[in-house]
Order: sequence, then C-alpha cells, then structure tokens
Amino acid sequence: MPVRPDKLMTEDDVVAELSSGMTIGIGGWASRRKPMSLVRAILRSELRNLTIVSFGGPDVGMLCAAGRVSRLIYGFVSLDSVPLDPYFRAARQAGEIVSIEYDEGMLYWGLYAAACRLPFLPTRAGLGSAAMGGDSELRTVVSPYDGEELVAMPAIRLDAALVHLNRADPYGNAQYLGPDIYFDDVFCMAAERAYVSCERVVSTEDLLNGAHPATLRINRMSVHGVVPAPNGAHFTSCVPDYDRDERAQSEYVRSASEPDGWAEFSARYLEGAEAGYQAAVSAPSSLAHDQV
Amino acid sequence: MNGPTRAEVCVVACADTWRAAGEILVSPFGAIPTVGARLARATFAPRVLLTDGEALVGGGVWPLGESPSVVEGWMPYRSIFDVLWSGKRHIMMIPSQLDRYGNMNISCIGEDYQRPKVQLIGLRGAPGNTVNHPTSYWVPRHSARVFVQRVDRVSGVGYDSAAAAGPSAQRFHELRRVVTDLGVLDFASSDHTLRLVSVHPGVSVDDVRAVTGFPLQIADDLTESRQPTDDELQLIREVIDPGGARQREVGS
Repeated sequence: MPVRPDKLMTEDDVVAELSSGMTIGIGGWASRRKPMSLVRAILRSELRNLTIVSFGGPDVGMLCAAGRVSRLIYGFVSLDSVPLDPYFRAARQAGEIVSIEYDEGMLYWGLYAAACRLPFLPTRAGLGSAAMGGDSELRTVVSPYDGEELVAMPAIRLDAALVHLNRADPYGNAQYLGPDIYFDDVFCMAAERAYVSCERVVSTEDLLNGAHPATLRINRMSVHGVVPAPNGAHFTSCVPDYDRDERAQSEYVRSASEPDGWAEFSARYLEGAEAGYQAAVSAPSSLAHDQV
Repeated sequence: MNGPTRAEVCVVACADTWRAAGEILVSPFGAIPTVGARLARATFAPRVLLTDGEALVGGGVWPLGESPSVVEGWMPYRSIFDVLWSGKRHIMMIPSQLDRYGNMNISCIGEDYQRPKVQLIGLRGAPGNTVNHPTSYWVPRHSARVFVQRVDRVSGVGYDSAAAAGPSAQRFHELRRVVTDLGVLDFASSDHTLRLVSVHPGVSVDDVRAVTGFPLQIADDLTESRQPTDDELQLIREVIDPGGARQREVGS
C-alpha cells in the first residue's frame, strides 16, 4: 500500500503559507483552547492587514496590540476570568480596526454557511438589533413558504483556520478531550486551508485509547497541516491537559495599563521562538510561573 | 437566624422570575441570579435545567464555585444555540445600559461605533436571545448610568425595536422582568415601557425614581418585594452560597 504522507508542520511553516490581507478564523472560545502558539508565530512574522474571525480572547487582544488586525469579525472578546481584553478595547477606542460585530449565533451561522458552500443561512437572530444597522451589510430574506422576513446571515469564508486540539494524528484527524469542541470543526470546514495545532501528536491507533469516538470531531479531509504544540494554548485553558494560567493572563492584562507595557511584554515573551516563550513562562523568575 | 439581607431579597426576586418556567433551560448571569436559579430549582421550579456555566447540565443543587456532583446532560455551545433557537430557554443577562423600552447594551458606549468611547464585551448572544425566548435582566446597582433614556447600541432588543423590525422579531420576543438592588420592574404596561412593580424593604419609590434616567411607570398594585422564607434562607446560606458571593454583589 502506498504510504500516505503526513501533514506535520511547525508554526513557522504555517505562517509561511499565510499572507497579509487574508481572512483568518481562530478557533477556541474566549480564553479557552486558543491556538496561541500559532498566534505567537504570526506575531513574530511580517503578516499585516488581517481580517480576524473569532469568538474572541487573547488571540484577538494580542493581534490588535501588535497592529496586525485591520478588520475584526466577532461576537465578543473576553478573557473569561477577566471580563474584557484591554488591548482589544484600546484598539477599538482608538478606531484602529474596522469592527464587524455579530450576535455569536450569527457568527456560528455565517461560518456554517461557508462550510456548507451556501451564500447565507436564515435566522431570526439580529432582527431589531445593532447587528443589522450602521455599517452592517446584512440583508433580510423573505420565506417563500410563509412570508416571514428573516436575517440572511452571509457566509463568512476563511482563507485559513487555526485551531488547537488536545490530540491529533499526523494526518489531521484531531480530537478534543475537554467539555466542548466550540466551533473548531466549523472553522476548519469554512476555510480554504485549516491548520490544527495539538498538545500531542499520536498514532492513529492510539487516538481512541479509551476515549469515545465522538471526541474525533475533526477529520483529515478538512485539515492541511498538523502542528505539534505542547502547551500551545498557554495561557488559555486546554482541559484536561491544563487549566488557564491565571497568573500569566493577569500579567498580560496588567501590562496594558503600564507605559510601553505591550513592548515590554512582547520583548519578554514573544520575540523569541516558541521554545523561548515556553522557557520564559516556565522560568521560576517569571511572574507567570504558577508554583501551585 | 439573622433577618434577610438586601442581597437575599434580590435572590428570591430572581428566583421568582422562574417560578412558572416549566421544563426549560435557565441561564443566569451574575452571582445573585445564579443563586436564585438554583434556589428555584431546589424549591418551586424543580423541572428547570441548569448548566455548570460551561458544557454540563447539572443535576440536583450544588454550591456556587463548585462543580455539580450529578450530571444530567451535555450542552456544549453548539447545543445552546439549538436550545435558544427552539425557544426552550429563559436568560437573565446583566445590562450595561437599559432603556425604558427594554433595549439593552453590552456592546460599546459612545456615538461613533467604529471609535467608541468605551468598548464593552460585544453583542454576545443578546440579539438572538431576545427575539427567540424570554429574557430578563439583573442590575446589581440601580443607577441613571444603567437606566438611560436611549441605549447607545441595541444589543438586546427592546419592545420598540422589535416592533420597528416587524412580526418576525416580535413573534417570540418577550422581556419578563428586571430585578435590581432596589426593586423589581416589568414591561406589562400598555405601551411596554418599564414599570416598577415592587420595591425592596427599606426602599421608596422616590429612591428608585431618583436613580432612573427616564420617567418610570409605577404599578397601581405596587408592593414591597417579598422576603425569603426561613427554608429559602437556609438553602441560600448553607447549601447554595455558603461563601457569600451574593453579599459581594449587593452590599447590605
């Protein structure tokens, strides 16, 4: 039998396949299971002028802080235990990004429409709200069956999707072991190219290893690259592998209230390669190091 | 047992919001609504479903900050949208701004949406929630900064906005109650504008008017908010919120 090629890549390999101006979807939810090692690789790159689509957390905040975002498509941006992301707020309040804010169900529906290759999907969500007004280009559609007028939520097509899962095999079959897949599978299906980083690459035979088959929510048909990334979601949570590193998240939040805070945070944690980041956050001298 | 605190009056006011809820998902935001929802489930509304705040549907009654010891279901975000679009849900959200028609804002403050004065969390699920199933609100600190003449950005849909958007927006739209640290309000007036229906013990109607940024309707049968029973107090203090999170949300 011919050998099936694996899809193993590094974070920098993924970034080399992206280009400025792209629309990039980022999986996870708020400060949970975010593909942060891929975000950090973007921060080390020259990518600019990105349209980011996210159920937003520190992925959005950091990319805003570094000036990489020109448009943001989102339903919220939150750090969970800290309700608001300071860098996202600062970017919005300075008028630095074009904001396209949807109801979070509309965001799901737009990604799902793209996944299904449909131009739109109908929904009641959005009617009567600011999601329909202002700069929004949303239209309504009239049901041919009963005349009900509904929002025609447009497809949100992605050039690339970045997601972080607990396990994957080298071919792109990916597994979540926590309570929720969020919308990672939909992000992958809505994208031209999807990249899965994971805590651990295992052989296909070892994927189930006691887990239920329903944990294999992403299959290799929609995955272009697999990135081994232990602790890759840090400081967001990646249960059951690890919880959110609250101290590291607090340090990120605090940096925003200091002069040159982002420059210092970047210099300390983000300018080296991923191995440097992992060493910095686990160093005993680091404020971020959770000793408990 | 010591007499009830203001926070505990707020807890039962929230709980009473779900008294006739039946077998639906109740989604409370904030400590006091969460205590109220678990109290309702432990007493007069045993059929409601409650999540752990993430993806598990908890059985029985469990303390704030802990995980439910019994899991009766799995409800990841994907399923939450299934449930909310099906209508079998009643949410209580915390508005940053709320106007007399029940328009609610958690998105941003300021005139220029592309350069807001203050960016908040975002629309979240408010647009979809309000046109799909009953919605209530919890205001931990009743003030004219929250109760404004007109919200800067409609996140949750009020009665006037639903009417302007047409029959599809109105079809399942229903704002039930607004519980605050001073009293309880609803939208049962003839023009669906906010109406004060009860004031908490020690609060006057004028106290409420003074911190509301628009003329408030007052119910003809305005009452004093009810006090928790001894059984309810025991459940609140010993079972559901032994750590006292409710007191940190609303002081005495």
